[in-house]
Amino acid sequence: MTAQEVVFTLLGAVAVGSAILVVTTRQLVHAALWLVVSFGALAGAYLLLTAEFVAWVQVLIYVGAVVVLLLFGIMLTRAPIGRMPRGGPDDPLDSGNRWAALAVALATAGVLITTLVHGFSDAVIDLKAEGGGAEPLGASLFRTWVLPFEVLSVLLLAALIGAIVLSRTDIGPRDREGRR
Amino acid sequence: MHALYPLVVSALLFSVGVYGVLARRNAILMLMSVELMLNAVNLNLVAFDALWRDRLHGGQLLTLFTIVIAAAEVGLGLAIVLLVFRNRKTVEVDRLTELGEARRDPAEARRGADAETSAEPVAAAREGDGP
Amino acid sequence: MIALVSLTIALPFCAAFAGMLLGRRLSRTLSARALPAAGSAAPDAPTTPLPAVVPDAAPAPGDEARVPELSRLAGPDLALRRLPRNGPALIAIASTALATLLALIVATTVWLDPGTREGTLTLVPTGTVDIAIGLQADGLAALVGLMVCLVALAVQIYSVAYLAEDPRYCSYAAFVSLFTAAMLLVVYAADLLLLYVGWEVMGICSYFLIGHHWEDRANSRAAVKAFLMTRLGDVGFLIGIFALGIGAGTFSIGGVLDAVPDLPAGTLTAATLLLLAGVAGKSAQFPLHTWLPDAMAGPTPISALIHAATMVAAGIYVIARLYPAFWAAPASLTVLGIVAVISMVGSALAALAQTDLKRVLAYSTISQLAYMAAGLAVGAQTAAVFHLVTHGAFKALLFLAAGSVILVAGSNLLGRYGGLRRTMPITFWAMTVGYAALIGLPPVSGFFSKDSIIEGARHAAATAGREGTGDTAAAVPDIPGGAAWAIYIALLVTVGITAAYAMRAWLMTFFGEQRGSFQAREAPALMTWTVAALAVPSAVLGFFGLGAAELRPHLVSAGLALLWAAGGGAAAYLLWNRDPARDPADRLGPLRTVFDRAFYLDELYAALVVRPVRAAARAVVVADRRGLDALVVGTAGWSRRAGGALRRIQTGNAQSYLTGLLAGVVVIAAGVVILL
Repeated sequence: MTAQEVVFTLLGAVAVGSAILVVTTRQLVHAALWLVVSFGALAGAYLLLTAEFVAWVQVLIYVGAVVVLLLFGIMLTRAPIGRMPRGGPDDPLDSGNRWAALAVALATAGVLITTLVHGFSDAVIDLKAEGGGAEPLGASLFRTWVLPFEVLSVLLLAALIGAIVLSRTDIGPRDREGRR
Repeated sequence: MHALYPLVVSALLFSVGVYGVLARRNAILMLMSVELMLNAVNLNLVAFDALWRDRLHGGQLLTLFTIVIAAAEVGLGLAIVLLVFRNRKTVEVDRLTELGEARRDPAEARRGADAETSAEPVAAAREGDGP
Repeated sequence: MIALVSLTIALPFCAAFAGMLLGRRLSRTLSARALPAAGSAAPDAPTTPLPAVVPDAAPAPGDEARVPELSRLAGPDLALRRLPRNGPALIAIASTALATLLALIVATTVWLDPGTREGTLTLVPTGTVDIAIGLQADGLAALVGLMVCLVALAVQIYSVAYLAEDPRYCSYAAFVSLFTAAMLLVVYAADLLLLYVGWEVMGICSYFLIGHHWEDRANSRAAVKAFLMTRLGDVGFLIGIFALGIGAGTFSIGGVLDAVPDLPAGTLTAATLLLLAGVAGKSAQFPLHTWLPDAMAGPTPISALIHAATMVAAGIYVIARLYPAFWAAPASLTVLGIVAVISMVGSALAALAQTDLKRVLAYSTISQLAYMAAGLAVGAQTAAVFHLVTHGAFKALLFLAAGSVILVAGSNLLGRYGGLRRTMPITFWAMTVGYAALIGLPPVSGFFSKDSIIEGARHAAATAGREGTGDTAAAVPDIPGGAAWAIYIALLVTVGITAAYAMRAWLMTFFGEQRGSFQAREAPALMTWTVAALAVPSAVLGFFGLGAAELRPHLVSAGLALLWAAGGGAAAYLLWNRDPARDPADRLGPLRTVFDRAFYLDELYAALVVRPVRAAARAVVVADRRGLDALVVGTAGWSRRAGGALRRIQTGNAQSYLTGLLAGVVVIAAGVVILL
């Protein structure tokens, strides 16, 4: 086991552990914060895999934007803040589906890991610090991947408009008399 | 580095995300779990990019795209959640069962019919609150 | 010739459908065209095929008592004027009249040049024994066919007035036409199966016509009873036809009769006995006769048609047509004779006590048909057919006259009549002729026919014991002497009873004081003149029999029969004369009830057949509901419950759906991983 593997194992353990906390914690805000930890550990893992630009983007967008957005969502939906006791059908966080969900998740993990171990038991990543920086990625992006990039911009625009239309109450279909 | 490390981590993250999507009742928590699953995919992409030393950096760039799409998805998802909350005064996904079979209890059904005729968001939300 | 015969059958047949489909439209067209001229046109339009008589009893205006009657009686009278505009009636009468003309031509041809004319229209191959759609005309068929046509014509004309106000006249006239066509088919058929077709069509027509006034539940019950009783016999009849046809290798009547000498006696006896079952059903002989009195629920002209020309005559006709086969099976003839004896005496006694005029006539029909059956049983075939024809004439007359009386009196009950002699003179004289013929009084037709049957029976009884003693007269079938004597005595006794009940009905209808509250007057002209016209053949038909040796009156039989008749008639008259207001039948004491209920046969059948069948039906219903239905309903219930169980999964909860989806994906993926 090399040093890289040790570090990666630690980062992976942090990521998976905080992810488990995200889906099991009894406090909504804590879940969002544990998500930050998990995403941060993943950014570390990206760095380790020589994808430094992706790692920074991960930190910027996920940790910076997405989690903040989720926190705003928590506030706007007046979600229960604070520690929620685990309590049957009125539990605001976990549904009664929990045990089925656990079984499905374990089965998924089993199938995935079995497959991966079967398929990649002898694959070794040769880690060299090249190609993960902003410059080669940008060159590749604006040369080879420029078309998906532009399409993505259209997608973002559509999502933007959609989010505005959905969240504003004064926009909607006219009723029969032509009033809003 | 052995390729199995990032792959197994991503598989575990994905499974945790699956559990979260299936087990969490709060819509925002579900969105978080979806983010976990997306991140597992991202990790996979980056790991394979490194494994096969792609000269075009397809894995890393796709990861970037995924992150962008995830950001858009979260934005839209939150908008939908807010809309649901505004109409129903709840974000508990297992209470949003209007598309299911009508309930057997006649009193319940009558109340449901009343709620439908009044067509008031509040009434609909109360109906959604019902057991 | 055969073309004429087939046309005779086809005319009423087509008229039935034409009348049903176009009758109303024709009525409308005619009345629409006649309306502008209605003011000036004479009421008796020249198209009427009948003597248009101005109603003779037009009530004087100002006679208050007659005013309410006016509206009721004016209706039938108006029918005469409306006849040219009555579409269904025009179609039916025109076709029946044409058929009568054709039947007359056929009969004349056969009379001038005797012999059987046979023709096959087509041959239906069946694989084993072919069915020939063939017709034949010999003396018997031509004679009976003519009688059928004449009676049907009389009934059609009479019905115009009798049922003038009926809302379903259209279907009525059509069914009468169909009935006539079916009877003509039976008469002219040259093939047993073709005959059976007509036989069955008659059955269904009688059902519809007896139930004509189906609004009353009793009428539809009577119709169902008639249908079921005759059907019971028809089962045997059909099997009998098969036995005969397969035994002879052909269904053609001529072929069957030719093959009779070669058939084994057992087959012949079985087949003829089975045929007798059908005959007993159709001709209303004991034990299947109970439908006939109930069939009086139908309109009176229908009773006339059923009793005189069609239906009941068919049974006797079939025996006469297949007579050689019966001749070769003496056991069947003996059974026929015994059945005839029971029917004859029993129904005559029942007729003695009936309070309903039509039921009296109905029982008299059973009795007279038994005469014919007895005549056939003792070998007097010609006499029996002769009686069939004369009976057709006088029974049609009696029924139509009774219809006039019923229409005027507004009741079927004998107790409501009385003293109609003066107010209904034409009906009175016509009915007198009819009763005389029924009793068998000398100058009228019934005397000759009845006398020749009695003579035949006497001959059979006298020669029964003596085998092969060279008798010069008509041959006698090989029936036991006892049976022959029983038939002879029963015939004579029945003459007496017939005289008694005929005298009773006659006296109670036309003599004494009027007992019901109705305005006595002559019936509408159309009806009265039809009845009067029928009185002529009833009176003089007998003289035609003088041409044949076996139909001439014989002194001994005639004397004995007249003696019995005089005795019966005198007894009835004496009983009546003591108190004309009372029913002479009351003197019978407790026997009266027994006779009135026809020896409780209906009750016996109800106890022996109807109730067990009903109980069995109820048991079947229960078994059906608890057994079969339960299985079906149970299947439905179980599927429902299974559906309900599956329904519970459809909660509308997206999370549980997603759980199921992912679980399925995992299972599939795991399967792929493990298997590949």
